Amino acid sequence: MHHGHEGNHEAPQSFLRRYIFSLDHKVIGIQYYLTALFMMLVAGLLAMLIRIQLAWPQAAQPWLHKILPGLYDPNGIMRPEYYPMLFTMHGTLMVFFVMSTAPVSGFGNFLIPLQIGARDMAFPFLNMMSYWTFFVGCLVMLASFFVAGGAAAAGWTAYPPLSALREAIPGSQWGQTLWIVGMVFFIASFTMGGLNFVTTILNLRTRGMSMFRLPLTIWAMFCVAILGLLSFPALTAGAIMLLFDRHFGTSFFVPSGVVIADKLAPHQGGSPLLWQHLFWFLGHPEVYILMLPAMGFASDIISVFARKPIFSYRAMVYAILAISTLSFLVWGHHMFVSGMSPYLGMAFAVFTLLIAVPSAVKVFNWLATLWRAKIHFTTPMLFALGIVSLFISGGLSGVWLGQSSIDIQLHDTYFVVAHFHLIMAGAALFGVFAATYYWFPKMFGRMMDETLGKIHFWLTFVTYYLTFFPMHFLGLRGMMRRIYDPTQYDLFKPLQPINHLISVSAFILGAAQLIFVFNFVWSIFRGKRADRNPWRANTLEWTTESPAPHGNWRGPLPVVYRGPYEYSVPGVAEDYLPQNVAPAEVKTVGA
Amino acid sequence: MVRKTRVRGSGSDVVDVVGLGGGNGDSPTEPEAEGGALPVHTKQIGLWALLVTITMLFAGFTSAYLARRAAGGWASIPLPPILWVNTLVLLGSSATMEVARRALRAWKLGALKRWLTVTMVLGMAFLGGQVLAWRDLARQGIFLPTNPHSSFFYLLTAVHGLHLLGGLIALTVVLIRAWQERYTPYHPAVGLCATYWHFVDLLWVYLFGLLFVV
Repeated sequence: MHHGHEGNHEAPQSFLRRYIFSLDHKVIGIQYYLTALFMMLVAGLLAMLIRIQLAWPQAAQPWLHKILPGLYDPNGIMRPEYYPMLFTMHGTLMVFFVMSTAPVSGFGNFLIPLQIGARDMAFPFLNMMSYWTFFVGCLVMLASFFVAGGAAAAGWTAYPPLSALREAIPGSQWGQTLWIVGMVFFIASFTMGGLNFVTTILNLRTRGMSMFRLPLTIWAMFCVAILGLLSFPALTAGAIMLLFDRHFGTSFFVPSGVVIADKLAPHQGGSPLLWQHLFWFLGHPEVYILMLPAMGFASDIISVFARKPIFSYRAMVYAILAISTLSFLVWGHHMFVSGMSPYLGMAFAVFTLLIAVPSAVKVFNWLATLWRAKIHFTTPMLFALGIVSLFISGGLSGVWLGQSSIDIQLHDTYFVVAHFHLIMAGAALFGVFAATYYWFPKMFGRMMDETLGKIHFWLTFVTYYLTFFPMHFLGLRGMMRRIYDPTQYDLFKPLQPINHLISVSAFILGAAQLIFVFNFVWSIFRGKRADRNPWRANTLEWTTESPAPHGNWRGPLPVVYRGPYEYSVPGVAEDYLPQNVAPAEVKTVGA
Repeated sequence: MVRKTRVRGSGSDVVDVVGLGGGNGDSPTEPEAEGGALPVHTKQIGLWALLVTITMLFAGFTSAYLARRAAGGWASIPLPPILWVNTLVLLGSSATMEVARRALRAWKLGALKRWLTVTMVLGMAFLGGQVLAWRDLARQGIFLPTNPHSSFFYLLTAVHGLHLLGGLIALTVVLIRAWQERYTPYHPAVGLCATYWHFVDLLWVYLFGLLFVV
């Protein structure tokens, strides 16, 4: 028996209940999204500092000392022992607090009830708690910058012994501990969200909405939620053990004989490799948590603006399921150089290359959807096409790296940095942008400006490639990751022009996002008013008002009669056929 | 088929009324949410998903434990005898939890309240017994960082204890509502508590086995 949920509540009246402690999935989704945007600003600024340092490592920048006296000495030269903090927090904030949040917690919460035909999520109170838990996690992470020693500096991967010893480097004291605490809050929040997503998608679909009539966005969110529920606990376990190693003298990860600051650490018999396995058991599914929502958005948006059904919906679903399943079997490809048996490495390499197959199926299906379509190049469509482009570019370098023989050469070089930025920061980020431009009317009742959108797209797309593609060459030439001054090695001095190109591109890329932020804020107040279905799309969210009201539909819930991709159906008058139009009411053409 | 509707009582109470008609709580003329939902109460799906995630947490700890044990340099700690008592107490509390659940099904509210209370007391006794086990080891000079086995013992019992505490908190809320006579036989709350409670019980038996038997 399926029963109603607490979502059937009256519209709240007070400001606190409507906008701060709201139980409404739409408000919560927007809260997540805006918080993630703020965290992206912080993480983006950290990236700018990294790029300034890498392009001009010896240059004195006194103005930087004025803003960040802890990070730069009075001459304006970066203190090298603080450089690791930059890439650590950039990575941590971007991976978890921006790119796991905006597409999943932001758009997932906003869209799931609307696209499945429900009034709200299954557990609205839990939903509200999940946001505020996330918020606390953000505060803890931001606070870590201000404690003695500064924020964590052991990499976003927090490998022990560096992360386990409090005397190691600046950031190893309270910074690293707060990192662990912040991550625990984040994981708790993500778990609450995951429970909500799975339950809602399984049990709250409206009449006629079978699983195989769900938009691919929902399939993606469903699998992402399951991935999170199954994989985050490994990191939780590791994080708790790391906390114990740091503060309570245990030796889960710290081996015997570690000497730090001329003192022998008291730990005995732990294994740093154990941490790596636990971390990457989450770490790999995590990157699919980042990527799958963008794939869902791409499918939905491409279909709408090509006015064609997605090519082979079933194959797309099976591909999502295959990618999700295989993602649990490949974590070792992050550890090829850890000393594992070459046979184990071969096994991980085989599965890694195998995962390229369903990924390629998705790419070919997007291309087949576009083939001979009458494409409407709106801003959301441009970003969706950008997703496909960046996924191909980034995915191909993944095929290189997935082979242990090549990875041994390229591990910990900028080749890897190129790969994951093109995929995660590229395709997944473009997913966030595409989704924003596309669903903005449903969120705020207004359209974003198309001209500004197109300028934002082209500037971002071009500078994206200019920033990250050259990193492949840096990596092939041997430039390693996490190094504060590549010019300290003669080998890398000739690479500096590439670093200059990358940094200048990155500055323009960063600046271009201001156009987006301006467009976003301005359009909320002055954008052209949107009607119900400005994009003439089929999915259920477009059958209600813009913005969607409390309870999502003023009248009864819609009933579903078909799948979400019935575009340009022969014999139908319009070039779209919403899911909720009864067969008797479909307007046909001709005899 | 009997369906349940949620009806808003006075104030903010929500009273579950057993009756016929529309199942999803919208207006009585509303077509039900029926896109092929599972024939399971929504909250049960959430609970099972939670149990899966907690299982994965302890799977992570298990793999860490087995890896460390296989790596050599392993010294076992002695089994604090009170753990046998604690195990029996927890198993007993699962039994009493079941009795409580069935009492609700039979709409025996008095028995429900009694047996929920007994379950809570047994649960608290278990936690107290775990603390006694820790003190027993401490008296022998075995602490958290002493050796890997002791580290895992304190870690696993602490994390398990925290999850049990979460169950006790839920049980407290349910007990309060039971005393307010808010439960009808098909209300899911007691059953959900029971499922979680049995899970935590089984988890303890598993951890006990992992730490001292296998």
